[in-house]
Amino acid sequence: MDLSSINPILLLASIMAASTPILLAAIGELIVERSGVLNLGVEGMMITGAICGFAIAVSTGSPAIGFVGGALGGAGLSLLFAALTQVALANQVASGLALTLFGLGLSSLLGQGYVGIKPPPTPRLDIPVLGDIPVLGPILFSHDLMVYVALVLVAGVWAILKYSRAGLILRAVGENHDAAHALGYKVVRVRIMAIAFGGACAGLGGAYLSLVRVPQWTEGMTAGIGWIALALVVFASWKAGRVLLGAWLFGGVSVLQLNLQAAGVAIPVEYLSMSPYLITILVLVIMSADKSRAPASLGRIFHASQ
Amino acid sequence: MTLKTTLTGAVMALGLAVSGAQAQDDKTKVGFIYVGPIGDGGWTYEHDQGRLAVEEHFGDQVETVYQESVPEGADAQRAITQMALNGADLIFTTSFGFMDPTLAVAKKFPNVKFEHATGYKTAPNVSTYSARFYEGRAIQGHIAGNMTKSNIVGYIASYPIPEVIRGINAAFIHARKVNPDVEFKIIWAYTWFDPAKEADAATALIEQGADVILQHTDSTAPQAAAEKAGDVVTFGQASDMAEYKPFPRVSSIIDDWKPYYIARTQAVIDGTWESQQVWDGIGPGMVGIGEITDAVPADVRDEALAMKEAIASGAYHPFTGPLKKQDGSDWLADGETADDGTLLGMDFYVEGLNAEIPQ
Repeated sequence: MDLSSINPILLLASIMAASTPILLAAIGELIVERSGVLNLGVEGMMITGAICGFAIAVSTGSPAIGFVGGALGGAGLSLLFAALTQVALANQVASGLALTLFGLGLSSLLGQGYVGIKPPPTPRLDIPVLGDIPVLGPILFSHDLMVYVALVLVAGVWAILKYSRAGLILRAVGENHDAAHALGYKVVRVRIMAIAFGGACAGLGGAYLSLVRVPQWTEGMTAGIGWIALALVVFASWKAGRVLLGAWLFGGVSVLQLNLQAAGVAIPVEYLSMSPYLITILVLVIMSADKSRAPASLGRIFHASQ
Repeated sequence: MTLKTTLTGAVMALGLAVSGAQAQDDKTKVGFIYVGPIGDGGWTYEHDQGRLAVEEHFGDQVETVYQESVPEGADAQRAITQMALNGADLIFTTSFGFMDPTLAVAKKFPNVKFEHATGYKTAPNVSTYSARFYEGRAIQGHIAGNMTKSNIVGYIASYPIPEVIRGINAAFIHARKVNPDVEFKIIWAYTWFDPAKEADAATALIEQGADVILQHTDSTAPQAAAEKAGDVVTFGQASDMAEYKPFPRVSSIIDDWKPYYIARTQAVIDGTWESQQVWDGIGPGMVGIGEITDAVPADVRDEALAMKEAIASGAYHPFTGPLKKQDGSDWLADGETADDGTLLGMDFYVEGLNAEIPQ
């Protein structure tokens, strides 16, 4: 065993990047579920965002426009879910699963011509002065823009849910849609906006995978990350701060276990491989032992006539 | 499962079987079960190239069907059964983890021929076929040992099965032969295909000083990670991965299934198909070595090509003694070569590797 071969600064820096796709997808799904909608299509929206972002970045040569495209792609797909569940009143679980299957198929169709192509590189910001601080500089201040966008999104979601009127309305719709409707709030409209926001975030997360973390297009490249994001929201008891913690834990332990393996630590590899899932669930379950519970209207179908 | 659903399932299965039998007139139907997506750029991509070659070779005589991204395990049995019910005459199941599901389905369909890749269990209607990838690994090890400056070679392994362990040993033996100071750092990804995880694994290895990365996973993500790092050498796995030429990808192992798939389809058409175990290497062309680029010094390239010729002609066996096992016990005496039985069940590292195989 030789732990000295692990460079803690590089390790922490790669953890920041590794947790970003999950964080983006989970924070979007948090808003969706807080509005009382259960969208199981995160995986499908992520991979659609991954190929849309990739294709647009390749054809325009600009990763920034690519990320916008990824968000639009994810949001576009989520509007299909919105139409099914909010307008046609279809079952949310079934529609969400269908969305994942559809997204996987659609993305491999769209991606036909993009296998083996390299995307334009996403520049690191390398913030002057701050980036030169020893230790903290490389860990915190030398990432690409999306890492900070994700963190700002989390802070924004937290603040909006806690302090703003819009957040209060969203929560009211999610807790009791009949009461919110009686007060004159447009339940369906609020939910459609929440679903679109969730789709855009998932799309951004997917685009981060195909443009920064991997970076290339490969069919099925999300490989289940969307499902982990979905589980994270539940285990984080629908709280933004805990989603951030969970994403860092999961991303962190995933990267750490690979580093420990490479360093030849004498822990059986099987335990190391399962550790990201185990530790994340364990920590979040212990933390959710308080009174927090799911939004009361989660997954229930709303129609104004009832 | 309630009686009703069981009965419904049985009726549907019967219906499919009947319609399958009707549809199957004179066309031979060949099915393929893939573990990943066709667009993975590696393992599954090459199997699908084989399928396309079958279509091209036989034209209207055959019809091919495939299912991609089939998970190893219980769901594989469902997918293979479905394909057999739909009237396939010959089914290729193209991943190690499909072994037991293939045998289970084969028992229920004695008239359908099955071909399982990289496994070791056969039946009257189940053949196995695999390629001697370790021959290519030996050449990669030779190049890796010569090209590493940090003397650390990273290896992204998939599952601890004999095929993967063989590759690690073959590469390590030949890297050590040219560079006695070389060390291998091995990461078990526990997946054949997960680009994000493969990229993370490659990054972890690079951060820990590896400047050559060998992979036994299927996607091109490690190539992209190496390219980002700038000075890290990689090798194409299963497919040429030519888009990363001439650097970081300096050579590759290419699986060429086309001749085999065509030959076995022909055997089914002729009615001469028999259960067999095929394990071919560089010589018969099942394992190809992709172009060694100019990034490799000329003398190293010449040595590598000479080794390729020697392996192809049978003059050299990558596992030639004297070799010891990791625990120091003797394995092969001077000049002795490993027998196929030991290689097929290989569950030990050779001497010098500083790692443990997950049990």
